[in-house]
Amino acid sequence: MKASAFAYARPTSVANALELLATHGDKAKVLSGGQSLMPAMNLRLISPEFIVDIGELAELRGIVVKGDVLTIGALTRHADVLKSPEVAAHAPLLRDATAHVAHPAIRNRGTLGGSLAHADPASELPACMMALEATIIVCGPRGERRIPAQEFFTGIYETGLSPQELLVAVELPVARKRSSHFFHEFARRHGDYAIVGLAAQSIVVDGYFTDLRLGFFAVGDRPLLANAAGELVNVPVTPERLTKAAAVLSDELDPQEDQQATPAMRRHLAKVLLSRCVSTLLSRPDLRSGAPE
Amino acid sequence: MTDAPETRDALSALDRPNSYIGKTMPRPNLDRLMQGRGLYVSDIELPRMGHVVFLRSPHAHAKITGINALAARQLPGVIAVVTGQELATVITPWVGVLSHLKGLKSAPQSAIAIDRACWQGEAVAAIVATSRAAAEDAAEQVSVGYDELDAVTDMRTALDPTTSVIHASLGDNLAFERHHDAGAVEDAFAASDEVVDVEFIFGRHTGVTLEPRSVVADWNAAEARLTIYQGTQAPHMVQNIAALHLGLQEAQVRVVCKDVGGSFGIKVHIYADEMATYALSKLLRRPIKFVADRVESFNTDIHARDHRCRGRIGVKRNGTIMAFEIDDLTGIGPYSMYPRTSAIEANQVVNLVGGPYVTRNYRARARVVFQNKNVMCQYRAVGHPIACSVTEGLVDLAAMKIGMDPVEIRRRNLIADDAYPCASPSGLRFEQLSHHAALAKLIRMMDYDVLRAEQAALRARNIHRGIGIASFIEVTNPSAAFYGVGGAKISSQDGVTVRLDAQGAVICQTSITEQGQGSESLTAQIVGSVLGVSMDRVRVILGDTDNTPYGGGTWASRGAGIGGEAALQATKVLRRNILDVAAAILQMTPGELDIVNNNVVNAGDGTSRIELGELARIVYFRPDTLPPGIQPELMATRHFVPRAYPFAFTNGVQASWLEVDTETGFVKLLKHWVVEDCGTIINPQLVDEQIRGGVVQGLGAALFEKCVYDERGQLTNASMADYLVPMSGEMPDIDIGHVVSPTLESELGAKGAGEAGTAGAAAAVTNAVNDALRPFGTIVTEIPLTPQIILTALGRI
Ligand SMILES: Cc1cc2nc3c(=O)[nH]c(=O)nc-3n(C[C@H](O)[C@H](O)[C@H](O)COP(=O)(O)OP(=O)(O)OC[C@H]3O[C@@H](n4cnc5c(N)ncnc54)[C@H](O)[C@@H]3O)c2cc1C
Repeated sequence: MKASAFAYARPTSVANALELLATHGDKAKVLSGGQSLMPAMNLRLISPEFIVDIGELAELRGIVVKGDVLTIGALTRHADVLKSPEVAAHAPLLRDATAHVAHPAIRNRGTLGGSLAHADPASELPACMMALEATIIVCGPRGERRIPAQEFFTGIYETGLSPQELLVAVELPVARKRSSHFFHEFARRHGDYAIVGLAAQSIVVDGYFTDLRLGFFAVGDRPLLANAAGELVNVPVTPERLTKAAAVLSDELDPQEDQQATPAMRRHLAKVLLSRCVSTLLSRPDLRSGAPE
Repeated sequence: MTDAPETRDALSALDRPNSYIGKTMPRPNLDRLMQGRGLYVSDIELPRMGHVVFLRSPHAHAKITGINALAARQLPGVIAVVTGQELATVITPWVGVLSHLKGLKSAPQSAIAIDRACWQGEAVAAIVATSRAAAEDAAEQVSVGYDELDAVTDMRTALDPTTSVIHASLGDNLAFERHHDAGAVEDAFAASDEVVDVEFIFGRHTGVTLEPRSVVADWNAAEARLTIYQGTQAPHMVQNIAALHLGLQEAQVRVVCKDVGGSFGIKVHIYADEMATYALSKLLRRPIKFVADRVESFNTDIHARDHRCRGRIGVKRNGTIMAFEIDDLTGIGPYSMYPRTSAIEANQVVNLVGGPYVTRNYRARARVVFQNKNVMCQYRAVGHPIACSVTEGLVDLAAMKIGMDPVEIRRRNLIADDAYPCASPSGLRFEQLSHHAALAKLIRMMDYDVLRAEQAALRARNIHRGIGIASFIEVTNPSAAFYGVGGAKISSQDGVTVRLDAQGAVICQTSITEQGQGSESLTAQIVGSVLGVSMDRVRVILGDTDNTPYGGGTWASRGAGIGGEAALQATKVLRRNILDVAAAILQMTPGELDIVNNNVVNAGDGTSRIELGELARIVYFRPDTLPPGIQPELMATRHFVPRAYPFAFTNGVQASWLEVDTETGFVKLLKHWVVEDCGTIINPQLVDEQIRGGVVQGLGAALFEKCVYDERGQLTNASMADYLVPMSGEMPDIDIGHVVSPTLESELGAKGAGEAGTAGAAAAVTNAVNDALRPFGTIVTEIPLTPQIILTALGRI
């Protein structure tokens, strides 16, 4: 379990990093927190010839709020997201989700940009980006691109990033008035990737959803912003409504089989999550499936 | 038999300033380990040392048609690429059988496969280079030609006539079969009011030690001596086997075992890749290091459990258990492991089922079959978790059927505490067990009735919690009956030497080993207590065949009971010898003197007469001042082995309290209790932590751990990401209580404690899950109890 030999560079500016990526292209890999890249290299699942370590690019680190926009640099570590008062105030969903990402040692090194660029369909953070209407900002040889989260994730470990591009930051609209959120995942152990998870952001007025964004993860080859939410917005939510929404959800899902679960089990768990989410956000215990909390 | 707090009174004869027995003492090796000054095999660097990487078969079963290593040999840093054929010139193959396991058969196994690979992960070539990374680079350049053969993967069809036979010379895929029939089983079932008949399924799992298996072998051609640095539980066994197959005398092999990062039975066997490493050192005449990486560990560290066991129980409406019957099937991989064999686990299952109960009626069959999967062998609590899960599962299902409380059915059937000595239906002899005292204590600790009331109240609110109880017996302190009688050169006796040095400190050499259990600590505690010296004066040396007495090592819950007694007896002799010298110096009789707190004192009033350092000074440097005729012997050795009983059985009972989310199939462990009886407790904290660690491994089996093979014999989850070990986040608090029934076979009275936790944990959890699922009219009898299994049982998916 030793990586094959590779060349290594530690650029000192984004411009410098982009030059290196332009030169080495497909043969290069960006190294951020290394928590996904290094295990893959040690297992020799991938053997990049050139490593561009972006760890020193201070310009990619940090969390700022400007007007209605919360910007988080790509190099911001999971641990910093967890501790950030700005994130707690303006995107509490992201804070709750990050607490479920791996373990403290991994969160101390792993970065938001790395997680999004890695695009593991079972990861919490891409789904949060969808639920939070994030914009992913990338820089490449032809300048900056701003990609809506919903278009960024294109498949298992696949994104809209080209090998010459660097993910530099994400922008999130700050949480609106009366917004609430729900995060839950089913994982065999704390810190494991989820079997199925849900990151949801909503606005509830007088017992109605006026907005509901359901970001499911580990239910297909990429995170899913469920259309089922449409069944629940601006209508009184009855058990029958919820059942209807669950049926719509079931049709949208394309869950994979793995050692933890069959597709049928994933569909089932996603529906349980939906009911628990709606019940929690509307404070309606009658809608909850299974035992009370 | 007493409850734990009284233990200390029972040992009042030793209750002096230096009485460490029964007290929690910090482990003497802690500072060394905490300050990073441990010496693990990976830390060892020798001049000219080569690193070996094994190229391993990607197929479960394949003929090797050719190996081309030309390109690899050209790479920088590569020292050699060695095939099985080439290595066979220095090391002979072996067959893992023992004569007392009648009918057990296996095929010759080579250090590196020759012609044929029999499991995915078997080594087919060794690549030796100046670093592990260089050897891995070269391994990618070795091309091996394979013709895939049929792989035998399903144990249920391994004996079918249509299934191919793995080793043609053996005739079939049956490695071992055992039948047992005691009492009048047919009549007992006929006379039963209810009979329960179910199949229990146990996932294959493995030990997952923090430090992987690792070896440095250093053949010194000038001395004609091989030094093996290895993290092993049994150095003398390794010495014997290495010598035997390398054509050496045992005196030509030294095994050094410094710090070991966990073993759990994984490191008590002889592995082909370790044998290959010894042989490579001899072949290449230089030190060779092998450190398994995590993927290799999953593919080659012994696996265990993987049983399917049909069980039947007959019960009267009044709760009397009439009979047990089992039919156990297990698949062990392509070879029986060496030298302890892979039949022991199934054999133990037959031995142990029904063991806590009075019924005499018991019938069993166990079959052990070959497969093209990694080898299986003994791992912590060998066979016990299976026997316990089957027995206790059946007892609970029987209770459910007749509508009796699970505690009550146990009260009515467990062997009475005053019925000893007696024997189990399989013929195991019990000296003294304490099932009822243990159960009574457990019920008090868990507040059983309150818990039942809470369960009922929550059920009304759609919250489903369950209570599971599991009584168990455990094999500890094995005598020669375990391996020796079968012809294995695995010592069941252990030896300890104690010596007073020139400043009055004590050096103690013991043949038991330390892999984290606290062997060093318990040995020092015993020596300090018996001699009357403070623990900081006692230094324990272990893990070196050149420098310790001959003995078995640490496995099968034997270190404290056997090695501890040898330490006690050796120290008694040293103490007598010291008092003889002191009496001569002080012109008194030995009976008038005692040793307390590093001083020889007046037995009567405790006045200090001579410090041990001063006594040692006189003995070693001014013997001329001693009276004529006195020859001090300040070094003593004693050995010990249990003879009266083949095993010192221990017993105990565990309970689990958990919640099942019936919508998702997830189980949340809320609390776990253990009451066990390991006889004399030397260090309560060590015992409790051994039990907790054991419980956690048992909980891992219950909920998480499984080596998942596909139908082609590929292990599909050989990484820490996919093979789920239990982690602290999911573990409940584990409360531990004790009942103390010392064994009279030794003065110390200690039995083993290292495996008790693992023995019953999964059984308690499975019973608790079934208790929780009671309103749904379904049961589960397969572990690990995954959400998928529970949801399926509930009909949710
Ligand atoms: C034991 C363990 C458990 C884990 N559990 C979870 C979990 O439950 N949930 C979860 O979400 N994650 C989990 N992870 C992964 C962890 O969150 C990683 O930190 C994350 O996926 C990758 O972030 P990183 O900064 O470490 O990226 P790296 O490993 O450095 O890189 C990952 C990939 O992204 C690319 N990349 C990184 N940064 C950029 C960039 N700025 N621009 C372009 N490409 C880039 C790299 O080239 C590489 O391909 C776990 C990891 C481990 C080791």
